[in-house]
Amino acid sequence: MTVEPVRTETDVLIIGSGAAGMYAAIEAANTGARVLLADRSLIGRGGATVMAQMTVAVALGAETPDDWQHHYKDTLTAGRGLSNPALARLLCKEGPDCIRAMDEWGVGWARKDGHITQAMAPGHDRPRCVYVDFLNTGPAVSKTLRTKVNKTAGIHKAGDLQIVDLLKRDGKIVGAAALHLGTGKPVIISAKATIIATGGLTRLYRRNSASSNMGGDGYALALRAGASLVDMEFVQFFPIGHLAPRLIGMDPIMWDPFRYKLGGKLLNSNMEEFTQNYGVNEQGKYIITRDAASYAILKEVEAGRGTPHGGAYLSFQHVPEAALREAFGPVIDRLADNGIDLTKMPVEVAPIAHYHMGGIAVDADMQAGLPGLFAAGEAVGGANGANRLSGNAITEAFVFGRRAGRSAAALVKRTETNAAPADNERALIEMIGAPAPQRVLNTAAMVEKLQATMQNDVGALRDDAKLKRALATIDSMTADLGDVPQGDGQGFDMRRIDWLDLRNMLLVAKAVTLAALARTETRGAQHREDYPETSQDWACNQVIDWRGGDLAVTRKAVPTATDVAA
Amino acid sequence: MSETATLKIWRGQTPDTGRYETYEVPFEHGQSVLDGLRWIRTHHDPSLAIRFSCINANACKECMIELDGKTIYACTARLQPTEMTLTPLSNKTLVRDLVTEIAPPPERFKSP
Repeated sequence: MTVEPVRTETDVLIIGSGAAGMYAAIEAANTGARVLLADRSLIGRGGATVMAQMTVAVALGAETPDDWQHHYKDTLTAGRGLSNPALARLLCKEGPDCIRAMDEWGVGWARKDGHITQAMAPGHDRPRCVYVDFLNTGPAVSKTLRTKVNKTAGIHKAGDLQIVDLLKRDGKIVGAAALHLGTGKPVIISAKATIIATGGLTRLYRRNSASSNMGGDGYALALRAGASLVDMEFVQFFPIGHLAPRLIGMDPIMWDPFRYKLGGKLLNSNMEEFTQNYGVNEQGKYIITRDAASYAILKEVEAGRGTPHGGAYLSFQHVPEAALREAFGPVIDRLADNGIDLTKMPVEVAPIAHYHMGGIAVDADMQAGLPGLFAAGEAVGGANGANRLSGNAITEAFVFGRRAGRSAAALVKRTETNAAPADNERALIEMIGAPAPQRVLNTAAMVEKLQATMQNDVGALRDDAKLKRALATIDSMTADLGDVPQGDGQGFDMRRIDWLDLRNMLLVAKAVTLAALARTETRGAQHREDYPETSQDWACNQVIDWRGGDLAVTRKAVPTATDVAA
Repeated sequence: MSETATLKIWRGQTPDTGRYETYEVPFEHGQSVLDGLRWIRTHHDPSLAIRFSCINANACKECMIELDGKTIYACTARLQPTEMTLTPLSNKTLVRDLVTEIAPPPERFKSP
């Protein structure tokens, strides 16, 4: 029986509806293009944007005089020599414009004395981070963009669409093939330009801070279509993600603002402070950097001094109740609902996957190396080098989204409509609509197994043996997954969704692991215990391509500032 | 003996052909109903359909279902060491098991 797809067409297809995707949609539509904004979940509610709590870095100069070049300098310093200067420059230079546009659209940046408040954050040379009170930056940004998208003519929205692969004809990207989750039907979307705005890959890790729909989909789509990925080894870990007791209705990175305001003490299972043994004497102040804190906590666990759930204690027991309440008022009540009284008990924290510096290689117009393909937001690799400066994630979502939307709309104007089928269309339709296979896998358990492997062996502390063990697990799981999707292919078929996710997650996990294994040095977010020093030989990027049915890793010189036109 | 939660879950693809299936889930104090549903998917039946994406933060608003006839978010409702009956939202179109059509009409994919 031949499976017949549902067909639709648009000028610009945008995959993912976080801040980057929504900003791209607004810009492309305002430039006259017809847009299809697709998301595998609800429109404008998933991904990482909605989870952001605090800061957005931008050289507004509202608090103290500032210039984008100071922000640019700090971004390059944080990137430890690997940042793509053209992308970092764009982020810093156009950030103020986007932040002001968001202000006009009513996001409600916190203000004092008539100006937008800018807070100091680690790695910045001056107060530069705008935010929305209280711990509400992400939800406010999402809501503002959702409203703006709804008011913009020319944007069609399509939730419950899981993109399976990009469509290609004569070497050009001409849309995508998708699974419509509601009906289980294959969907063929023809588009003159396609923007990948699917965010990062934190779902690959057992402990992570983002939504479960961030499994690196966009990277896998780009790779299989023939685009290059860059800097895939650099996964940023947030050191004090909530671990225990079970805390519901709150984001696991919530302890960061607590430490900013109240200090707090990191303790091992002997209830002793330990960061001083790793070169950082905190003395009740929050001064330890993310990489140093992750290292110290994981080393204590390794030495048998971890907490019952495998992390460290974070204690505010020395902070008076009145001070706790003054700083976090209603949050203290939400903690009480979870049985947590900070005056009487510590909580357990551990490093969790938070952001991915690597991603799709693009130029400063957000064009990937294939005609018709663009990327935006966290899906883009290169702007943040080996380590991201705090506050740059939402800024890059805005700036790269806007630029991608504009570039895609410009391409649409010079592209003729072509109704010929894509080269890979038929094969994808057959795969998406395939009948249930005889062999039944526990796909949910496979996702957990991969997450455990990545957490344990490709996490914040890496070495040759762990990385090789991870590669072996990934290869054997990939063989096990096979070529035929699991499930019956009807509406909301979780086995088929999991299978398609695993197909992407395993490919991306392998890309991260291969890049981490090849880079025999410690730099930024990559900590190799067997190569603890930073090496001048490794002051280069690594590019990953899908070639001849496997992944190829090659070294490439970091683009120099002189490559960057004014 | 350690405590368990008994989840009685409505399953099916059309309102007329559904049935209840009952699962015993290990109970740990403080867990959410969604924790229990995810445990069932991993340990018993990965085909159990439930929408969620943020898991924990109550940010995505996707995991709305009914618990003993009342609308809840599965990520913030507590698991209890008793029997709990979980059904799809009764005022929304059923898709499968606990999944219903929750997106506002302008945000749904429509074939031309």
